[in-house]
Amino acid sequence: MAKSTPIKHSLVPKHTKMGERSVKELLEKYNISKVQLPKILNNDPALKGLGIKVGDVIKIERKSLTAGNSEYYRVVADATKVSGTSGGES
Amino acid sequence: MQTSNKKVKNIQFKIFSPKLIKQVAAAKVVTPELYDKEGYPVDGGLMDIRLGVVDPGLTCKTCGNKLKECPGHHGYIELARPVVHIMFVTTVLNLLRCTCRECGRILASDAEIAAQKRRLKKVEKERGLKEKDVAIKLFLQKIRGVSKCPHCRSRQVNVSLEKPTRFLEKDKRISPIELRSRLEKIPDKDIELFGIDPESMRPEWTVLTVLPIPSVSMRPSITLQSGERSEDDLTHKLGDIVRINQRLFENINAGAPEIIIEDLWDLLQYHVTTFFKNNVAQLPPARHRSGEPLKTLRDRIESKQGRIRHNLAGKRTNFSARSVISPDAMLKINEVGMPSEMTMKLTVPERVNPWNIEYLKTLIEKGPLNYPGANYVIRPDGRRKRITDETKEELLEELEPGYIVERHIIDGDLALFNRQPSLHRMSMMCHKVKVLDGKTFRLNVAVCHPYNADFDGDEMNLHVPQTEEARAEAELLLEVPTQLVSPALGLTIMGCTQDAVTGNYILTKDLEFDRNDAVQLLYSVGIDNFNKFGRKEKVSGKDVFSVLLPDDFDFLGRNGICIAPAMPCKECKMWKNGKCELDARIEIKDGKLLTGIMDAKQLSAGKGLLLRTIHKQYGSTKTAEILTSMFKLGIKVLLKRGFTIGLSDVEISEDAKKRIEEEIEKSLEEVERLIEQYKSKELTPLPGRTRKETLEIKTLGVLNKARNAAGEIVAEQSSDINPIMIMARCGRAKLLNLAMMSACVGQQSMRGQRIGEGYVDRSLPCFRRGDLGAAARGFIKNGFKHGLQPSEFFYGAMTGRDSLMDTALRTPKSGYLYRRLSNAMQDLKVEYDGTVRDCSGQIVQFEYGEDGIDVSKSEQGTINVQKIITDVCGE
Repeated sequence: MAKSTPIKHSLVPKHTKMGERSVKELLEKYNISKVQLPKILNNDPALKGLGIKVGDVIKIERKSLTAGNSEYYRVVADATKVSGTSGGES
Repeated sequence: MQTSNKKVKNIQFKIFSPKLIKQVAAAKVVTPELYDKEGYPVDGGLMDIRLGVVDPGLTCKTCGNKLKECPGHHGYIELARPVVHIMFVTTVLNLLRCTCRECGRILASDAEIAAQKRRLKKVEKERGLKEKDVAIKLFLQKIRGVSKCPHCRSRQVNVSLEKPTRFLEKDKRISPIELRSRLEKIPDKDIELFGIDPESMRPEWTVLTVLPIPSVSMRPSITLQSGERSEDDLTHKLGDIVRINQRLFENINAGAPEIIIEDLWDLLQYHVTTFFKNNVAQLPPARHRSGEPLKTLRDRIESKQGRIRHNLAGKRTNFSARSVISPDAMLKINEVGMPSEMTMKLTVPERVNPWNIEYLKTLIEKGPLNYPGANYVIRPDGRRKRITDETKEELLEELEPGYIVERHIIDGDLALFNRQPSLHRMSMMCHKVKVLDGKTFRLNVAVCHPYNADFDGDEMNLHVPQTEEARAEAELLLEVPTQLVSPALGLTIMGCTQDAVTGNYILTKDLEFDRNDAVQLLYSVGIDNFNKFGRKEKVSGKDVFSVLLPDDFDFLGRNGICIAPAMPCKECKMWKNGKCELDARIEIKDGKLLTGIMDAKQLSAGKGLLLRTIHKQYGSTKTAEILTSMFKLGIKVLLKRGFTIGLSDVEISEDAKKRIEEEIEKSLEEVERLIEQYKSKELTPLPGRTRKETLEIKTLGVLNKARNAAGEIVAEQSSDINPIMIMARCGRAKLLNLAMMSACVGQQSMRGQRIGEGYVDRSLPCFRRGDLGAAARGFIKNGFKHGLQPSEFFYGAMTGRDSLMDTALRTPKSGYLYRRLSNAMQDLKVEYDGTVRDCSGQIVQFEYGEDGIDVSKSEQGTINVQKIITDVCGE
């Protein structure tokens, strides 16, 4: 069996790491701090090979039924520190 | 009133020490008497005014407040002899069994004690308090059998409990006095091992020497109409305790024989026990003179009738009503018919002012028994007076602005109407009351859809808002017209149903009237402006329908008959001579229906855009009006024309019957052929399927085709005036319904498959094993009119039962799923920047719905940009 590479599957949306400048713009646009962003665990398979560290912001571009294309942002969280399934507040 | 906004971080339960009981007590109770000859509370009695007041006019001696302001104060009784507390019996037993009878130390060596202390600490930290309790229990069980004290080397005697409250040591009784002194001996450092925090309690406090007495406010006495006083159950019980206690004191002081003292002591124990808990297994419950058991402390809290489940968890509401619902098409869409019996019970408070005082006086004059009258008058100081024949005169005299009159509900009052389950906001809407005869709530059929109501015995609730604010809110936010557009669909959630659809279909299809008849019809609906008819003497149904529409209304759409809704009309094959052959193109220009037949696709709830467009252009009130008259018009048209079905309507011609038979016969042969192929293994399997699956799929296809063909033949030969055909065409029923009645019921399937093997290799015992033919696997070739074979009937019953079970099992499951979902999302909110955030500001969605569209302001979830451009710039 071939090696599974879920990231390349057509149903997995595109994940990219955001640069520092665009992160700042994003946070300013919504007038929020990083903790208010949704989270993604650093052991998420979709982040493999992106070279991320905890605190980075990931931009996810995906197809949407209602809007065609939509963008979503998540901040990388440490999987060992986030308990259970709940996001928890930091 | 003092307020403070501190947060409760934790709660700790402790036990009152005798010292603390005396300290917090406002009075010592020494006499069982309650009142003196004048009816004034006795000092040192149970109703002592230092314990709080429940009589108007008296002042509390402790806090100086009057009734209602005084919170009540505890008192105490000095018990002549100590008594065991029933709720702590097991704790005491544990303590006695596991400590030394001589030195009071726990029956474990110092090393064991230290180890256990460490273990407990660890368990509590790692696994929580529950696990700690388990660990304590295990440890105590282990040291229970120790026969020699590891500390003072004295022999131990087994202690047993003779329920409920007698402790025995080798058949010799341990009196509560001795019990108490033994508990006193246990050192603080050892109590920890019993799970008791030595800072919070001492074990000897579980044997009562003083009894705290709840304040009078906790056990208020009631004055009956006869002027007699009736005391609370707790007061009765406390009276018993005090009486016995006094007798015991006297006997001890008089040096009475030990037996008498013992008896009184036991009696005291019984009374104190039942004061806390009146359903102890071994004791007869204390009773009233009537034989009814007293409700003492524990009963107040416990069980369904107790404080927690009855008062705290179970809230109830006043000014509400519940009844069966039934339809009334002549009501307006935002009205609710209320049975006259309710109208004198439900009231609306109305504040007296110079302009309504005369009117309100006439209502008071009528009193609570004549409708419309009034039940109560509330004085400016907040006192409520019931209007009776005696009080009437006096109240009329003193009535002046500032008073509030609670008058009967009348036509036009607002009420919130609700049907459970309240799954969306349209489940509770504001209606205007209309008083009607009968005993059921009446509602317009158009609002059944948002409530998901029908009339097979459904009941609904009604609430009458009691303040101006509540009424304003109900009217502005919850009135039926404000709820016309569903926030889930972006379409009107109320529309024509049943006869209203059929009526408008027939009307706009081919009816024609004399002008007078048309006027008559519309007038019965409540319309009196017939300008749209112009000078015409003959008017078409479309003209009549147009009268309902606003004068400048333009609309384009297709109805359900259209064969190609996505294709432009001009390219359609039905487009002949500049119009649709089927009359499926709905064109409204300047408020006139030029072409098109109205049907369910346009008129019914949650489907077409006609009502949605009207709503957008003319607002909710106008739409509600139009909907109401449209509904009535449909019904009146049917009433005038007549609409009924009979057995002859499902009859089909001999010729058609023959054709259908041939069609089905042909399919059955086809199925036989497929089975033949399958058996001789000639059947080529479909990709990814086994041969058996392929056979199933192919037979299903063939049989379904047969039924559809039969349906088409039926439709083809049925006349246009066949009422079932009319219902099918207007979208109220399906063609399938007619086909099933007159031609062929078709294949029955369970879980998407043909009916399989209930018996070994066959569906029913009347078939051969392994028979894969149509008849043996759930195909019903007869129609309902012709009648079913026994086996066919059984298939129908199977699928019927299956779907019944399915709904019965699925409803609670999906209901719970929905409840969890809505609870999880209840405080998500769309902020001004378009993001969806929860209450802590966490972003959930960066753009609401990813497209930022408010569905309730859209048409079916989209915004028609082209239409906006044409609207703004002209053509």
